[in-house]
Amino acid sequence: MAEAAAHHDEHHDHPDYVKIWAILLALLIVSVVGPMFGIRAVTLITAFGIAVVKAYLVAKNFMHINVEPKYVAYLMATMLVFMLLFFAGAAPDVMKFEGSNWVKPEVVQTPSGHGDAHGAEPSVEHH
Amino acid sequence: MSAARPIANTRSAAGIPTGRLAVWWVIASEIVIFGGLLGSYVMHRLAHDAWTAEAAHTNTWIGAFNTFVLLTSSLFAVLAHAAAVDGKGKLAAKRLLVTCAFGATFVVVKAFEWNMEISHGYTITANTFWSFYYTAAGLHALHVIAGVIIMLIVAKDAAKNLELHRVELIGIYWHFVDVVWIFLFPLLYIAK
Repeated sequence: MAEAAAHHDEHHDHPDYVKIWAILLALLIVSVVGPMFGIRAVTLITAFGIAVVKAYLVAKNFMHINVEPKYVAYLMATMLVFMLLFFAGAAPDVMKFEGSNWVKPEVVQTPSGHGDAHGAEPSVEHH
Repeated sequence: MSAARPIANTRSAAGIPTGRLAVWWVIASEIVIFGGLLGSYVMHRLAHDAWTAEAAHTNTWIGAFNTFVLLTSSLFAVLAHAAAVDGKGKLAAKRLLVTCAFGATFVVVKAFEWNMEISHGYTITANTFWSFYYTAAGLHALHVIAGVIIMLIVAKDAAKNLELHRVELIGIYWHFVDVVWIFLFPLLYIAK
């Protein structure tokens, strides 16, 4: 009897999924309403800060990553580090418009709906 | 001595079932795929103010509705997992089918949204913002469609109380697809 109860408890030892879902919906509402104030800091926190919190809640409570062996979380974190390395490596070329020996030519954004396949991105020109 | 070969689904040096480990590896590779795409989007967005004006044309309410749809689908996916843990295959299958219905809703809403945007001239070739928009959202939608198809196959077996461990495996994948959308939503729909 006690064994059966323990077995039952083991199977039901999980978070209240509906409660987690309700929290996620509340966070969704905040992330939509926050940017309506038009304040940059509030937008960043409510849109992207809350996205991180939502992702954490899903990973922990729905994907149960917290009960997996530690290396699973480390594996995921390693992939995120790769992503950051890619960003750090590519961002200077994309985000800088001039360097000590080069400058990007100015390109005007093509208005939407006119079907210009080349778009707005300037090419990098080395001198 | 038996001639049967051992099947690598019940033994694992990794400490977790092989199938689950495989799903985590899939997700690890997906993080790099979506991470690269989103990272590229972020650096271009920060570098070019014109992208902000383009992002203003996306419909926040449609994006929010689809976020609600995916979050709710994830709830049913994890409830299906809970049912499978209890050995209730039929209940797990029903909940997986509800998850599939939400997944299909997501794709239908996205189709309407894209139809509306394309009719206004915001096509994939309009400029690089829309190229990123359709590539990122399209790749994500393909993952939703793939998830629904796999879930239907898993549900078919689960209804017969077969291969119930697969309910958890497809659930982990589905939640990851949800997590990707959680980041796509503010990037494409909110930050204007």
